[in-house]
Amino acid sequence: MAQDPRSAIDPQINTPGREGLTGTAPVNLYARPPNREQVTIAPDGKPMEMQPPWRRDFPIDALQDQYVERRDFMKFLVLTSGAFTTGQLWLAVQNWWRRRRGRPETRRIASVAELPPGEAQLFAYPGEHDACIVARLPDGELVAYRQKCTHLSCAVIPRIEDGTLHCPCHEGVFDLRTGRPLAGPPRRPLPRIALDVRGDDVFATDVEWRTS
Amino acid sequence: MALRRPFTREQRATIVYGMVAFVVIIVVLQLWLLTASMNAFLGGDDSVIWPAAAASVLCLLLNLGLLRYLARMERTRS
Repeated sequence: MAQDPRSAIDPQINTPGREGLTGTAPVNLYARPPNREQVTIAPDGKPMEMQPPWRRDFPIDALQDQYVERRDFMKFLVLTSGAFTTGQLWLAVQNWWRRRRGRPETRRIASVAELPPGEAQLFAYPGEHDACIVARLPDGELVAYRQKCTHLSCAVIPRIEDGTLHCPCHEGVFDLRTGRPLAGPPRRPLPRIALDVRGDDVFATDVEWRTS
Repeated sequence: MALRRPFTREQRATIVYGMVAFVVIIVVLQLWLLTASMNAFLGGDDSVIWPAAAASVLCLLLNLGLLRYLARMERTRS
């Protein structure tokens, strides 16, 4: 420990009964107090002398520790915020791209003769990888939907006798007449393919995306 | 002219707690925005996409502003 140069003047004079006399004031009376920001505070707030040896050996300032933890957590949250904003902008770009593509072209997908009531057929529309289902209901009405389940994109299977489309992955059920979800996790209806019957031919003319 | 003193450790901890509370609320709001606009996009409703993107950018700027304040507070500490 560094010796205060003044303590060497007369250390013996500060003895019981002589306090207050000249030269008996504590030598550190006018020393600068320690910087409060540099004092290590234990988690329980008690002085270091009362802490266990392991904490005295490796003292960590509780306040500073909390501050750094919260500061780093805040930085991580701002990073997350940036990721969400990036996702939002990506969505906007995708939307712009989808609008730019415009309406899909009309295409013949089946003939009425191939679809007797109670039958269903697969086709691709508008792209070659966009699987769709066209079904003829028992009353003769033609309906067509994209085959991707609106939950997690599994392929839905028509059950015309039940009047439903079934998704085997998570037991989602859609109404065959409207494409709306009836049971299971899906919340959005299946995108409907607009159909146009010209004579014996069935044409797909558009994809109708729906939220409800 | 007002005397500008650096914040003490206790004050800084309180400030960072308050800021974290704000940022958590904003991030949850952004998550909701992203979920809602994703649902709208997949359903073919594109009317909300750009307003939601603008709101999300605004939230991010707010968060970056708070982070900047934190960095400035760090620089002025004693």
